[in-house]
Amino acid sequence: MPPFIKDAPIERRTLSVLVDNEAGVLARVIALFSARGYNIESLTVAEVDRASHTSRITIVTTGTAMMIEQIKAQLDRLVPVSKVVDLTAEHEAVEREMALVKVQGTGEKRVEAMRLSDIFRARIVDTTHSSFVFEVSGAPAKLDKFIELMRPLGLVDVSRTGVVAISRGPEGM
Amino acid sequence: MAAQTPTREQRAGTAGRQMDGAHMVIQALLDQGVDTIFGYPGGAVLPIYDALFEHDKIRHILVRHEQGAAHAAEGYARSTGKPGVMLVTSGPGATNAVTGLTDALMDSIPLVCLTGQVATHLIGSDAFQECDTVGITRPCTKHNYLVKDINDLSRIIHEAFYVATNGRPGPVVIDIPKDIQFQSGVYTGPSQIRHRTYRPKVKGDYAPIQEAVELMAGAERPILYTGGGVINSGPVASQLLRELARSTGFPVTSTLMGLGAFPAADRQWLGMLGMHGTYEANMAMHECDVMVNIGARFDDRVTGKLEEFSPRSKKIHIDIDPSSINKNVHVDVPIIGDVAHVLEDMVRIWKARNARTDAAAMKQWWDRIDGWRGRKSLSFRNSSEVIKPQHAVQRLYELTRHRNTYITTEVGQHQMWAAQHYHFQEPNRWMTSGGLGTMGYGLPAAVGVQIAHPDALVIDIAGEASVLMTMQEMSTAVQYRLPIKIFILNNEYMGMVRQWQQLLHGGRYSHSYSEALPDFVKLAEAYGCVGLRARTPDELDAKIEEMISVDRPVIFDCVVDKQENCYPMIPSGRGHHEMILPDTEDGGPGITEEGKMLV
Repeated sequence: MPPFIKDAPIERRTLSVLVDNEAGVLARVIALFSARGYNIESLTVAEVDRASHTSRITIVTTGTAMMIEQIKAQLDRLVPVSKVVDLTAEHEAVEREMALVKVQGTGEKRVEAMRLSDIFRARIVDTTHSSFVFEVSGAPAKLDKFIELMRPLGLVDVSRTGVVAISRGPEGM
Repeated sequence: MAAQTPTREQRAGTAGRQMDGAHMVIQALLDQGVDTIFGYPGGAVLPIYDALFEHDKIRHILVRHEQGAAHAAEGYARSTGKPGVMLVTSGPGATNAVTGLTDALMDSIPLVCLTGQVATHLIGSDAFQECDTVGITRPCTKHNYLVKDINDLSRIIHEAFYVATNGRPGPVVIDIPKDIQFQSGVYTGPSQIRHRTYRPKVKGDYAPIQEAVELMAGAERPILYTGGGVINSGPVASQLLRELARSTGFPVTSTLMGLGAFPAADRQWLGMLGMHGTYEANMAMHECDVMVNIGARFDDRVTGKLEEFSPRSKKIHIDIDPSSINKNVHVDVPIIGDVAHVLEDMVRIWKARNARTDAAAMKQWWDRIDGWRGRKSLSFRNSSEVIKPQHAVQRLYELTRHRNTYITTEVGQHQMWAAQHYHFQEPNRWMTSGGLGTMGYGLPAAVGVQIAHPDALVIDIAGEASVLMTMQEMSTAVQYRLPIKIFILNNEYMGMVRQWQQLLHGGRYSHSYSEALPDFVKLAEAYGCVGLRARTPDELDAKIEEMISVDRPVIFDCVVDKQENCYPMIPSGRGHHEMILPDTEDGGPGITEEGKMLV
C-alpha cells in the first residue's frame, strides 16, 4: 500500500451501490473487496426496483480517506455498477439495522428480558413458555447494546441484517 | 429528415430472424465486423465449429494451446486497434485461456473470448470438462457472462464487444452452454443493443484541463510521462501527443506499454523510463516540477520507491479509468477521459491562450537533460568475440528499421534490451506483456500480428527460456504460412532471474540455468520452418539479412554472452535518482533489505 494511503487515519463509511441485478453481481462486489484487501464490516443487498432490475447494496467499510476513494472508484468500474455514493461523507444519512434475538429463560430473567425489550421498543415475534424472539431495529450501536443486555438473561441466537441506509432530504441517489 | 442508412444486419436481413445459437454466434461476430478468430475446438463448442464450417467470411486460426489463442488475439488487437476474438471449449479450454485473459486485463487489451460450457442442466454436477468459467474468469476479465437463455445470446455478444472496446479496454468472456448453441431463438442486431448502464466518460472536464494548461505554462522543469493509454486511444491520440510536445517543447518519456506513441527519433524523446529506463528519463522524472501523466498508471516498475518518486513536482494525470487516479501516487490535477479527447482540448486551450513557458528556464532544463544524456546510460562494452545481446538488438534494428516491421517480445532481459535498443516511430508496432509479465507471450502474439498484417515483417525478440513456454505455436505459423521471425537471444539462462540472483542472492543461481535446451535449428526444421544460428558478431548481419529474406517462419538462435546484465537499473526499493549505470555497475547503490521484499 502506498505510503500516502497507509499513514492516514482509518474511517468508517457507509456506501450505497446501485447495480444491475444480474447473475454474479454480488460475487463481483465481494471478490473486489477480497482481491484488493479492503474490509467489509457489513453488506446487505436486495432488489429495489423490479421493473428496471436494479438492486441496492449497502456496504459498511473502513479505511483511510484515500482507500475509500479507491474503493468507490473500483466499485464504479465494475460494468454492472451504475452508481456509488458515500453516504457518510457526502450526505446526512439515516442508518438502520434489524436484528432477531432469541432469549431463553424463565422466572425473573424472563420478566427482565421483556422489560428491557420494551425500553428498546423491540417487538416479540415468537414466544414459548421458556423463550422469546425479539425483533429490534435501529442504529447498529443500539442493537449491540440490546444484545449485550440480553446476554446474561439467556441469549441463544442472534441474526442481524447488516446496515441499510438512505440519505436524508428529498433527493434520491 | 434524411432516410437512415440501413445497418449492416438490416441489409443482410438477419435482424429478427430465427436461428440456432451456434449460427447466432457467427452472425453476431459478422455483424461486429469480425474477420478472424483464434481458437481450439472441443466437445462443448462443436455446434459453433459446425456453423463455422460453412463460413468463409470469418477466418479461424487453429492454435496449439488456448493460451496461444489469447496471446494471438492480443497481438491482433494491439497491432490493429480492433478487438481480438477467441473461441475455446469448456473446462481446460477455458482454464488454459486464463493467463492470456489476465494478461489482456493488465495491459488493457480488448478481447472477446467465447467459451463453451456443458449443457445448462449439467452445470454444477461436475460434468466432464466442466469448470466454473465465469467464477474462474471473474477476477481476470473486465466483465463476463454466462448465457442461460437463447434469447439473451445475441444481446450479450453485442454488449460484450461494446464493453471490451469502450472505456478502458479489456477482455470479456461469454460462456455459452452447449444446449444453448443448439436451441433456436430470435437474433437481435448490434444497432438495437445498448448496455443498460455502462457509459464510460471519454470527454474530460474543461476546468481541470484548463488548470493543467496553467500549470504547464508556468513550469520550469516539465515532463510528459506517457503510457499505453495513448496507444489504446487510437492513432489520433499519438498525433495529438506529438502536437502537444511540439507546441510546448516539453521532453517526452514513456512507459514500456506506450513505446511508439512518440517517435524515438525526435529530439524531445528521452527514451523509456522506469526500472530499466534511461538515466535521462528517470532523472528528469525525479527533478521535474510539473509532470503530465498521459495514459499511464504509476506502475511500480515506473515509480521505484514511492516515497522518493518525483518529490518536487505537481502532477497532472489523464486517465480514462477513475480508479487509476490516486491509486499509487497522489496527483494534483486529475483529468478523467480518453487521451485523444483530452489532448484535443488541451492542445486547443494551450494554443488559444498563446501559452509560453519561460524560455530561459526551459533552456536550463534541457541543458540539464543533455547532461544526463551525456552519461550514455544504454552503453555497453561491445565485443568482437561474443555477440552482446544489446548489439544483436541494435543490428536487428538497423537492418529492419526501413521496413514495415512489427516487434513482439517475451518477458525478461531480452524484452528490456528490445525496449531500450529497438526504436519505434509509430504506435501499434510494439507488442509486449507489460503488466502481467507473461513469458511465452511473444510467439503467439507474433502469430496474431502476422495474421492481421500478412505483408509485414513480424519479429518476436525472444529469450530461449520464455519462447519454450509456447513453442508449439510454431505449428500454427507453419500451418498458415506465417513468416514470423523468432529472434532468440540465447544466453542459456533465465537471464533476468539470473541477474536478480546475482544482485540479491549472492550469485547462487538456483534453477535459472536453461538445462537441456533443444537445438533450435533442428527444432525449426522439425516444425517445418527455417532454423538459423549466429555465434559470432562477424556473421550476425548476414544471418539477420538471411532471416529477413526467407519468406517462411524462422527460428533464429542468436547465441549471446551468457553473463550480460541489463542496465541501467533502478534497484528494487530505490528511487529514480539511484540508478545503477553500466559504468558504475560495481559501485552503484545496493539493494536494501526492504528492497529485497519487492519483486
